[in-house]
Amino acid sequence: MALGFLLLPVLAIFLRIPPGDLLDGMRSEAAIDAVIVTAKTSAVANLLILVIGTPAAYLIAMRRFAGRALVITLIELPLVLPPAVAGIGLLAAFGRFGLLGDQLSALGLSIPFTQIAVVLAVTFVASPFYLRAAIAAFEAIDPNLPAAARTLGASPARTFLRIALPLAGGGLGAGWALSFARGIGEFGATIMFAGSLQGVTQTLSLAIYEQFDVAFDLALAIGAELVVVSAAILLAVKLVPAWTSSPSDSTTLFAPSRSA
Amino acid sequence: MDKLALRLDHPLRSFALRVELEVGRETLALVGPSGAGKSSVLRAIAGLLRPETGRIALGSEVWLDTESRISLPPERRSVGLVFQEYALFPHLTVEANVAFGGRARVEELLERFRIAALARARPAELSGGERQRVALARALARDPAVLLLDEPLSALDAHTKGTVRAELGELLRELRLPTVLVTHDFEDAAALAERIGVIVDGRILQLGCSAELLAAPASGFVASFTGANLLPGSARPGHEGLTLVVLDSGATAHSVAAGEGRVGLAVYPWEIALSREEPADSAVNHVRGAVTSLVSLGNRVRVRVGPLTAEVTTASAERLGLREGDLVVASFKATATRRARKQVRAPATRG
Repeated sequence: MALGFLLLPVLAIFLRIPPGDLLDGMRSEAAIDAVIVTAKTSAVANLLILVIGTPAAYLIAMRRFAGRALVITLIELPLVLPPAVAGIGLLAAFGRFGLLGDQLSALGLSIPFTQIAVVLAVTFVASPFYLRAAIAAFEAIDPNLPAAARTLGASPARTFLRIALPLAGGGLGAGWALSFARGIGEFGATIMFAGSLQGVTQTLSLAIYEQFDVAFDLALAIGAELVVVSAAILLAVKLVPAWTSSPSDSTTLFAPSRSA
Repeated sequence: MDKLALRLDHPLRSFALRVELEVGRETLALVGPSGAGKSSVLRAIAGLLRPETGRIALGSEVWLDTESRISLPPERRSVGLVFQEYALFPHLTVEANVAFGGRARVEELLERFRIAALARARPAELSGGERQRVALARALARDPAVLLLDEPLSALDAHTKGTVRAELGELLRELRLPTVLVTHDFEDAAALAERIGVIVDGRILQLGCSAELLAAPASGFVASFTGANLLPGSARPGHEGLTLVVLDSGATAHSVAAGEGRVGLAVYPWEIALSREEPADSAVNHVRGAVTSLVSLGNRVRVRVGPLTAEVTTASAERLGLREGDLVVASFKATATRRARKQVRAPATRG
């Protein structure tokens, strides 16, 4: 019963209209525009999250400093923040009349209702998922392993790349998949901060909302695309721990030694 | 070859680590109970722990000098540190683990440590002894000027420990590097090191070769740590120039060591003979008691008799037909007793 309840809406997206209509919907201009906008903004947002988030998470995990717990709590805040609050907050910070509005317009930048706004909204709501998982993954590494790397002559950068990154790989991958999924489904903050302009800021999620009372079949087609992407992410999350083992301890987590 | 000289003062959780050492081309063992600060000394030398004040230098090369704010990062100190659980990189093969320290000598080291056949294996697939050899090979791949070993034998089971210890001793004699080895086992220290420092609560209580520590333990703690029986009692001059010690257990013992007042008499287990009847030989001290435990150590048997631990050959234990509960006499000569120099606290436990 419960499983049926959870599966029925997903199946309904594919069964409600003939497959031909579904494919036609996917080929429509609105759907293709939404795919392009989503791909572009997601790619930039995820690049930002990985490139800035990974070293930041490593430093937070490795260092002990005053206010560390507070920093971690603040990072987690966007996780529990309702998307509407995130949207109004982004407007209040980066909007034309926002806190940074004067500085941004002095630079000739107007962020709201542009693709930059989509990127910011996605990064804001999705990055905490990655950061949290990445901090946990780095913390799980036996601290003697990076220490050993240093005594073997490795610089902090080499220790990060050769030891910490591969050992945390599984956790980083799983965290990134969740963050990617959250970002691709982002709706509330984006529609408030970036609007829903087809071909500019209208992502797949926004396109469904835009189309569902004018062209329900098209909305279904876009929905089907997102289902496929989401299912692929879920599969990746399930498979990641299987192919990258990231045991943190050099002895105890492993199978019994040969002589035993 | 340069000498390693260090002076450290660093607050730990419940005491201050205060150590001054000079290590030449020799192996120096730091022995002491867990939490005595032994590993902190190694981490400070390697640069993984920055002491509050101190100076560490290898010859004329200063690694740390808190006064002139010098502190080289670990990668710029020429050390090979073998971690207690070896800290092998689990995602790298044996070969890649060794090559991480330096590529030049990888093949030679794999051969030298008999791990060439395991070059493609991951640490998880290795036995304890193999892991230890990989850890040593990796530490030496960098051609370090100083070797640091943190409990190199404690991760091994008793079965492999003996062989590995002999191999390690041979290696250390061959390398002749300034080596600091940390262990909680006095026997390991005595087998591997030229000099032994007994460290408790961050201070070195006594530093000397194992014979010196056995012959003249600086304190009751050192005595009991070296494996001696420590018998507290009150001493006064006795007949024939000997010292008479009334032990706290009520028995009396004669000692060649001079002393008066509270003393601790140290007697090593291998100086104690066991018999069924009180023997009429020159062994002047007898303690009668029941056998409370028998532990076989290969060709020796460790027998607990009342307050004493004796070690006798398996042959003589068999000849006596020793069983738990048997009443026996433990005898030791007055010349076999040493007096622990400092005031004796309650006998400390080993390990």
